[in-house]
Amino acid sequence: MRLKCPLCGDRDRREFYYYGAEDYLHRPAEGAPLADWDNYLHLRDNPAGMTRDLWYHEAGCAQWLCVTRNTVTHEISGVKLVAERTK
Amino acid sequence: MRYSGLKVITQGLFGNAGWTPAWRDPAPKAEYDAIIIGGGGHGLATAYYLAKNHGLTNVAVLEKSHIGSGNIGRNTTIVRANYFLPGNSEFYSHSLKLWEGMEADLNYNVMHSQRGLINLFHSDGQRDAFVRRGNAMINQGDDAILLDREGVREHLPYLDFEQTRFPIYGGLLHPRGGSARHDAVAWGYARGADQRGVDLIQNCEVTGIDIANGKVVGVQTTRGAIRAKKVGIIVAGRSSQVAAMAGMRLPIESHILQAFVTEGLKPVINHVVSFGMGHFYISQSDKGGLVFGGDLDFYASYASRGNLPMVEHVMEAGMTLMPMIGRAKVLRSWGGIMDMSPDGSPIIDKTHIDGLFIDCGWNYGGFKAVPASGWCMAHLMATGESHEVARKFRLDRFATGHLLDEEGTGSQHNLH
Repeated sequence: MRLKCPLCGDRDRREFYYYGAEDYLHRPAEGAPLADWDNYLHLRDNPAGMTRDLWYHEAGCAQWLCVTRNTVTHEISGVKLVAERTK
Repeated sequence: MRYSGLKVITQGLFGNAGWTPAWRDPAPKAEYDAIIIGGGGHGLATAYYLAKNHGLTNVAVLEKSHIGSGNIGRNTTIVRANYFLPGNSEFYSHSLKLWEGMEADLNYNVMHSQRGLINLFHSDGQRDAFVRRGNAMINQGDDAILLDREGVREHLPYLDFEQTRFPIYGGLLHPRGGSARHDAVAWGYARGADQRGVDLIQNCEVTGIDIANGKVVGVQTTRGAIRAKKVGIIVAGRSSQVAAMAGMRLPIESHILQAFVTEGLKPVINHVVSFGMGHFYISQSDKGGLVFGGDLDFYASYASRGNLPMVEHVMEAGMTLMPMIGRAKVLRSWGGIMDMSPDGSPIIDKTHIDGLFIDCGWNYGGFKAVPASGWCMAHLMATGESHEVARKFRLDRFATGHLLDEEGTGSQHNLH
């Protein structure tokens, strides 16, 4: 599997560190109820199909990436910088 | 039909024409007392113990493909009880005892072989951790023997003891650990459940879970609707999709774990060996193939096949540990779908929906747990109360903070 980093281009999967579902981008506000924190930290949709997850370009530009990916075929249909996405 | 040595001999004399199917192939009834979704090892064991321990025989096991076509049919067959944390420790201890009586209980040869399991360590820190683990195992009533370097050499003379990168300091020997024939475990439980009246319904995929007023009332399947007041979800890698039919999100992310088998060789590896530097573990099957595996592929996947970087990593680990393995040809590899929980421990619990139960999150250690998982899930479904050895496998433990992080690797799904 290869990921196309928006800054570095097409790179080997081994340059990247996988973090998990993009749920990690939706941090609950301070004082949010316990259920929200459980959702954010632990509970996942875990789809067999299209998903969005976070990868860190560890051996490259050190950017966090939001990757749109099919978990059944490993096809990657989009890679965005997390930094630009949340601006 | 009861199996015996005499039966094998007499059938052999008469052309093996008298064997009968090991289980029936019934059509689904309109209603059951309990439905188990998933005809794998855990689901079949649950059905068997529901019938045997609790007298609940009006039970159906619904399997979308054929019996034993999931992870029970594609794993590395290791059986052990070398856990440390209270909660895990007593559960796997219970499981190992059930393994030891399984063949007599099921009247089925599952080729359970207690050949001994050795976990190697490569530093003082790892040794301290294994001393502590060994003491925990002995306190639980299981067995553990600490081997020094020479002790390991006596058992495993073929390892590379001269390497400098991961020098072998010693190993923790678990004599009652070993392996079993994975398919036979599924077939033995299937036959045992069927003989007690459980309907095993194959090629029957569950497409919906019917809920009325917060209570489960049945399921929709590709072979029609079936009513039941109790439904157990026991579907390993597909837990998230089945739970979603009941509107639930689980603390599960599915990952691929690869394993490999070489061509058949003469007996060369007697034990199950695990290499502490990575997740490399190896044993030899009764057919002669070396069976080995390593880490997850580390990202969510349902592909049922792995990627090459992890193949390379596993081969490197094998070559580092035992250079002789380089002479063996790998015949095949496969990737199984593992339902990874954030703390690496399983879940056997009720859900918030009355009558709906779930048994999932076995990460990549589900095989050794098959008998105790079935035993405890059956207890939970029959009585409504958790079994005492599975009381900590709670669905809400992440919300409440009562984690069972055996490895201490944190709360990310892929790290366990």
